[in-house]
Formats: sequence, structure tokens, C-alpha cells
Amino acid sequence: MAQVTLNHVRKTYPNGHEAVQPCSVEIPDGELVVLVGPSGCGKSTLLRMIAGLEDITEGELRIGADVVNDKDPADRNIAMVFQNYALYPHMTVAKNMGYGLKNRGASKAEIEAKVQEAARILNLGDYLDRRPSQLSGGQRQRVAMGRAIVRDPELFLFDEPLSNLDAKLRNQMRIEIRSLQQRLGVTAVYVTHDQVEAMTMADRIIVLNAGRIEQIGTPTEIYEHPASTFVAGFMGAPPMNLLRADIAGGRLQLSSQTLLPVPAPQLATDSVLVGFRPEDVRLGGDGSAVLEVQIIEELGAVRLLHGHLGDQPFSVSIGKDEHATVGAQIITLPQDRVHFFHPDRGTRI
Amino acid sequence: MKRAGFTTVWLPIALLLPQLMIIAIFFYWPAAWAVQSSFYLQDPFGFGSTFVGVENYTDLLGNVEYGKVARFTLIYTVLVTFFSLALALLLAVKADAVISGAKTYRTLLMWVYAIAPPVAGFIGLMFFDQRNGPLTQMFQAFGWDFRLGADYTSTATAMVVVAVWKQIPVNFIFFLSGLQSIPKSVREAALIDNRSATGRFWDVTFPLLAPTAFFLLIINITYALFDTFGIVDTLVRSEPGNNPVTLVYKVFVDGFRGNDLGGSSAQSVLLMLLVLVLTVFQFRLIERRIHYT
Repeated sequence: MAQVTLNHVRKTYPNGHEAVQPCSVEIPDGELVVLVGPSGCGKSTLLRMIAGLEDITEGELRIGADVVNDKDPADRNIAMVFQNYALYPHMTVAKNMGYGLKNRGASKAEIEAKVQEAARILNLGDYLDRRPSQLSGGQRQRVAMGRAIVRDPELFLFDEPLSNLDAKLRNQMRIEIRSLQQRLGVTAVYVTHDQVEAMTMADRIIVLNAGRIEQIGTPTEIYEHPASTFVAGFMGAPPMNLLRADIAGGRLQLSSQTLLPVPAPQLATDSVLVGFRPEDVRLGGDGSAVLEVQIIEELGAVRLLHGHLGDQPFSVSIGKDEHATVGAQIITLPQDRVHFFHPDRGTRI
Repeated sequence: MKRAGFTTVWLPIALLLPQLMIIAIFFYWPAAWAVQSSFYLQDPFGFGSTFVGVENYTDLLGNVEYGKVARFTLIYTVLVTFFSLALALLLAVKADAVISGAKTYRTLLMWVYAIAPPVAGFIGLMFFDQRNGPLTQMFQAFGWDFRLGADYTSTATAMVVVAVWKQIPVNFIFFLSGLQSIPKSVREAALIDNRSATGRFWDVTFPLLAPTAFFLLIINITYALFDTFGIVDTLVRSEPGNNPVTLVYKVFVDGFRGNDLGGSSAQSVLLMLLVLVLTVFQFRLIERRIHYT
């Protein structure tokens, strides 16, 4: 178990493409950190640099007290779970799990004991003699997990491990991985593009965009105080409503007819991006804000109203017991839960 | 899935007929003729033939010369197969690791593939030329009195070298594509599990190449046994007397130089049986055990 420190770690490819801009993060011992972002944002590259599968162009990477920049992957005392599991197709489940230990010179009895223990934790006891091709997707996922835990690593690395599973299995494995990681107390870095996975599993989330860290924070911090419009739009489904408003005479003007009934911030710019989470908006009110509802999405637990507020797209999430119809709908915007962003840079104000 | 079907029975027959006729005329008919003539003693001047039963076969089995050729063919096949597979695998593994200029490099390694066996034999003749062949000179520098076409061991060495050289590109192409079809993430998983590159090769890469390697093993045995005729013919310079020859070459020498068509046919039939055994071996014994998915 170890703390992981990234000190201005950077990745530039020979063709000049900067996949990861210099980034510094400290991951305390035992924490599960999720790297999240759209595809191509550099999250996998960052993970692969920590694993040693990709060279670090610049900067320093520490696992525990040691600088591991130049260490082989096998010497970093890490375990990685790959997206397509990367099991050895010619080895049985037991051999797959024991292979790493065998190469470190563990005794047969020790390997056997650890494999049995991992198989017990992961309910794989009946499958130890099977080949990966004889297993279902979920079982292969478990074997990949087993291969990671038998090594007793200082650091777990997960590269989108659940993206090949169906939705139901994914929810189940999500909980299993999280509880396993907490039980073992091993530091973990988890890459995903799925913001639900990020929110539910992480101790802390690192949001990446175009090779740059947009924000680091706990799921609550990220959700309640997104540092930029990118984070605000990426985390949360449906995403935060972002409205462009002009500041005129201390008031927020959505269009020539529509005023936004919230107090304007003191700004040097003459316009601002105003954000509201769909679930913070209430139905009813004094009629100062009217949502032109076009589509109603029924999700069971909640209902989503999609429409326009003063010509700009706007969504509202309402409880299943509330009633709404297509057409004009009076809504109340929250006075306290309102987010302001810089109109050009998109940064939080 | 819906199966497409023909409305009349004649169309599929008509479509298959050309291929079936080619197989019948060029494969089965000569084979049947060989089986038949292996039971006859042919008059060398074509005046007739006498039925001799299995005498051609019993003669062969008791023939010291035939035993010697069979033994040489066995050693030759083992050497050619082993070296052409081993060297091609080595080259493929190295070429797979090359990152810059990979395409040019690979193309250069495949080039020899385009050379026809007799031409390869002629190039071999140049390399092993008695007076100014570079390989002859190299062997002589090491104190070996190398004489192609005159000395049994020298000719045998030249035959193996040329046959291996000619076959490496084929094996190389298959091994390289085999290596490239191993999922990248599996190799990366091995990178985390095992720090030794040699260990990773034998534990992970080689087993995953095994289907390719086995297929190539059969191809190479067949090549060494049958397809090296052109190379052998060029290198022994039509002097099979004091030079080593393979079984296939002996069929030709006995049948068309020695005019012993019956004996030559009996040899052909034995070779056909050998191919049959190899094929059964390929499909029944190993191929189904060696695939993982």
C-alpha cells in the first residue's frame, strides 16, 4: 500500500502531440481516485504512464517513496485490470491468477493458497480449471480482478474495467470492486468515461479534458462546485443547464423579452454563463420564469422536461408524483443553487 | 439465419464441374495410374508391361540405396523444417519490435518469397561456386574443402542452406501476422506479470503462436519433402550418383532417367501414403488441441 505522487508528469508523443499536459496530483494511501473525461482526454495515457506501459516524457512519478519513472512495469508492484480483461487464453483461471506470483519466485504452496483465497472472495472456486474462453464476460472480469488481488499490489490500476459488461452486471461489479478495494485498503486509480461510475466509486475524482486536469475533488465538490463549464456539463445526467445571459443594470437578461429572476453577480464582463442543475429547479411559482416544454422523458423515478427558457435549451427534473404537460410551464429557479461561469473562459466565478 | 438455396439442381453441378474436372484429370487420374503401374514391370522401350504384383514394393523395401535416400530425406526434412522455422521466428520477433521503418524492413525480409525454386537453386550455385562462390570461400577459410556436386556432405549442406533460405520469407510472413494478432493488452498484462522478456516469450507469446507454428510445421515438412525438387535438381547438376537426393527426386531419376516406371510408380504411391498420414496427423491429432478459443 502506498501513496502515489505525480509531479508535473507530462506526455508528448514523437509527432508533437501533447497527450497529457504537466499535471501534479497526490493520491493518499488507500484512496480510490477516478480519472474521468471524454475519449481522447488523456486519462488512459496517464494511467498507462503510472503502470509503466507508456514512457513519461517529463516529470516525476512516485509510488510510495520511490521514484519509478525508469522502473519496469513488473517492478512497480502494481496490478492492472484491462478493459478487455487481457487474460492469457491458453492458461486456466488458476494459472492466469498465479502467473505473476510464479515469476516473483513464490512457492507453489503460496501461489495455491493465494489463488484459492482470491477465488473464494470472487466466487470463482468452481472455475479454476477452466480456460477464459469457457467463461462469461462477468466471470472473466472476476478473473482479471483475481489476477490483480493475488499479487498483493501497492496500487490497483483499472482501465475502464466495466465497459464491456451489460448495464446490470456493471452496476453489480461497480459495488463489488469498490467494496473489495475498501476491504483490502489498496490505493487505486480507476479510469472511466462514465460519470456515474466516477461519482459512485470515487473518493476523489480527477476530471480531464484535452490532456489537462479541469478539476480535482470529491464527488460532492465536483457536483456542487464544478470548476468550469466543462465539468458542469460532463458530470451529472442530464447535465447542468447553462444559459448565456447579458448583464444589464444589475439584472440578467436572457433575451430581449426574458429576464432571469436571480440577482446578477458583480462582474467586469457584460455577459455571463448561468448554470442550474435540472433537479434544483421547482415547478410552479410566481410566473417570473416560464419553461416552454417540448418533450417529456419518463424515467420511472423521475421525469425530465426538455424545452426552452427564453430561446435557450433548458431541462428540468421533477419527481414522479409531480405533474407536467407539454407547453408553457411555470418554474422556480433556485436563488441559492446557482452557478456562474466566465462567458469566454468557462471558469467558475 | 436464412439459407440461400438453388432452385434447380443443375446450376450447382455446372458451377462445380470445372473444378471437379481439374481435380479428377490432374490429380486423381495420374494418382490412379501411378497405383496401377506400380504393380507392373514396364518395358524400358515401351513394348509392353508385365504384371508383377507387389514385387516393385518388396524390391524397394529391400533396396539399400532406397533406404539411404529415405534416411537422407528424413534428416534433410528435419534440418530444413527446423532451421527455416527457427530463423523465421527469430526474424519475425525482431521485426515485430521494430517501430521506425517497419514496413520497408518487413518488405525486404519477404522479398526472397518471390524467387522460384530453380532460380533459388541457381543463386545457390553462384554462392557455392567452386572457384569464386563466397560461401565456398568462407567454408574453405574455415578449413573445410567444400566441393559442391562432388562431395556428398558439401552438396547436402548447400541443399539445406538454399532450401532454408528460400522458405524463411513464407514462415516470416505467417509468424509476423501471428505475432500481430496477439492482443496488445495481453502482452501488456504479461509485461506487468513478468519482468523477463525471454520468460514472457516462452510463457505467453509462443503458446499463442502455436496454432500458426503448427500450421507452418506441416507446410514446411511438405515443402522440404516435395517442393525442393527444383533446388535439388539444380544443385546435384544431374549427377545423382555421388550426390544426396531426396525421395521425390529419386522418383524422377528412376522413372525418367532409369526408365523404371513401375518402380518409380511404387515410390510415388509410398509418398502419397506419407502425405495422407501427414494430413491425418494434422487434422486429427494436433490441430484441435492447439486452438484456445
